[in-house]
Amino acid sequence: MSDLNLLFHGFAVVLTPFNIGLMFLGIVLGVIIGVLPGLGAANGIAILLPLTFTMPPTSAIIMLSCIYWGALFGGAIASILFNIPGEPWSVATTFDGYPLAQKGRAGEALTASFTSSFIGAFVAVLLITFLAPLIARFALQFGPPEFFSVYLLTFCSFVGMGKGSAWKIIVSMMLGFALSAVGIDIVTGQLRLTFGFPSLMKGFDFLIAVIGLFGIGEILLSMEEGLAFHGVPAKINPKVVLETWKKLPRYWMTFIRSTAIGCWMGITPGGATPASFMSYGVAKKMSRDGDKFGTGVLEGVVAPETAAHAAGTSALLPMITLGIPGSPTAAVLLGGLLIWGLQPGPLLFAEKPDFVWGLIASMYLGNVAGLIVVLSLVPLFAGILRIPFSIIAPVIVAICAIGAYTVNNAMQDIWFMLGFGVIGYLFKKLNYPLAPMVLALVLGNNAENAFRQAMLMSQGDMTIMWSNWLVGSITTLAVIMLFWPLISRVLKAIVPAKPDKLSEQRPVE
Amino acid sequence: MAKHDSTSQDDGRSIVSMRTMEIAIAAILLAFGATFLYSSYRLGFRWADDGPQSGFFPFYVSLFICVASGATLLQAILSKSAAGQASFVERGQLKQVLKVLIPAGLFVLGIQLIGIYVASAIYIALFMNLLGDYPWKKSVPLAVAISVLFFFMFEVWFQVPLFKGYWNLTGWTGF
Repeated sequence: MSDLNLLFHGFAVVLTPFNIGLMFLGIVLGVIIGVLPGLGAANGIAILLPLTFTMPPTSAIIMLSCIYWGALFGGAIASILFNIPGEPWSVATTFDGYPLAQKGRAGEALTASFTSSFIGAFVAVLLITFLAPLIARFALQFGPPEFFSVYLLTFCSFVGMGKGSAWKIIVSMMLGFALSAVGIDIVTGQLRLTFGFPSLMKGFDFLIAVIGLFGIGEILLSMEEGLAFHGVPAKINPKVVLETWKKLPRYWMTFIRSTAIGCWMGITPGGATPASFMSYGVAKKMSRDGDKFGTGVLEGVVAPETAAHAAGTSALLPMITLGIPGSPTAAVLLGGLLIWGLQPGPLLFAEKPDFVWGLIASMYLGNVAGLIVVLSLVPLFAGILRIPFSIIAPVIVAICAIGAYTVNNAMQDIWFMLGFGVIGYLFKKLNYPLAPMVLALVLGNNAENAFRQAMLMSQGDMTIMWSNWLVGSITTLAVIMLFWPLISRVLKAIVPAKPDKLSEQRPVE
Repeated sequence: MAKHDSTSQDDGRSIVSMRTMEIAIAAILLAFGATFLYSSYRLGFRWADDGPQSGFFPFYVSLFICVASGATLLQAILSKSAAGQASFVERGQLKQVLKVLIPAGLFVLGIQLIGIYVASAIYIALFMNLLGDYPWKKSVPLAVAISVLFFFMFEVWFQVPLFKGYWNLTGWTGF
């Protein structure tokens, strides 16, 4: 029960006026970021991260994680009212959310979506509260081979669970690793892959990559699709909220299913987007009103939103316990921890209990605060989308440039950001996924160090990856994941599967 | 044909097909992979007395890049599917993208020369004016206001000094 005491201690850490203020600021900023196409959670946090360097780490992580919750809530507003997903994980919410809004039931759809987001996140936080200390304690026994095998599993899962060409996933991921290796090799002090350019000596900062790939790249894509957004007016009042809440318990089974899918996909690096699609698909199959899905049923909003939030939240579990993020946004938060001088991983629980439990406590409070903020301020946030894109686009580009500069106070980073923006645009159009690249860029050095240490232990013998049952089973699972595209093809040849129309609409992340 | 005579039909014309773009990007990535491979080969990718050499990890990473982009390249060349014939970008779309990308490039150049604040104000005003058809009397005050807001946010409140450029035009403020 000492964990519960620590949690209450965490609440005490969070409940200072300064931290509560930051929490609400974070939520509001997050919802704005989530609503605006072109600004996502990952690059929004990347841009704001340098501003938190002077804050105490606990306050900083509270604000940044609240931006994340806010963005998770905000994505739904754009999906339901404007039929444009503000974030990739809210694509599935448009299927039933927008038809509902067109029927004049926008308030209901929004309430259902926010409430199910809240429930999904809440269960995921409960999971983190009880599972995280156990995993951290267990992971204390991990040596370099175990850590490398977990890294291997993370990256192989991208191949196994990703959508689209496995080759492209590998290219994108390996490009991330290669970029992370650019610069001075910290073990030998040699310069690597700089090709004689002194400007490459410091290497590529992943924050720059995130701001460019997701920020500038996204703006270019949005420009292509034109500038005008046509929205449905949002009306939400306490009466609608209460009436919707009365209807929601009916979907208890959908909630349970979607939360389970979401938590699973969040912990394994499947991420929020596949979770929301899978949950929508399963709900459609299992529901009595399955045929009506897509025409505007509440259940079609509940399912993807619950799963997306559960996944987005539980993506933080592997991040704080093992130092391995489950999503690009979690990766940016992880980068923040490293910059504040905190090494994420099992030791964090022992060494910085204030920080860890403050973070977990802020997840509870942040989601409650988020629900209150979005329910009361929807019309305001919807109003942001009515600002013409020709004002928003240059302001976002300017903010991205400022964000890129503040990371290292280096002008050349702004040029790199622009370059990453073009790469992001091209990759998105050709369905090269961006998430594996960002994660590889963040984890590249750690993964390489774990690999080197493991190899030193065994004097270059690869069989160390199968030296005990733990590392052996993780590595084996990783290998299965890596070859899953092949395995599933063989399985399909034996048992032909029905074509899945829904998964075709899932964006490649 | 006269320049102003670009019809909407013209805007819908495909500039380049998906397949061509797939081939081009895969080839570029393959070239990158090969360069990385060569570079890590030169660094030494073998096993030294004190463990793996510097180029060990990058060597295998670039090997993977080569194999995977090579496979993508082959798939793209061999593919005859309809999806490959689809348009990568239409004329009108490319125009829109370049309308953002080129000013963004000029904006970054502007930052290098005259600093973030002045460049942002000019960029936002021009963007609103040329792409959004706003009159000057609306775009200029708004752009200046946003830039001043940035200035106060970063220089004064957060005390994060931003880039003032080669020619410091905001030097008179004393920050």
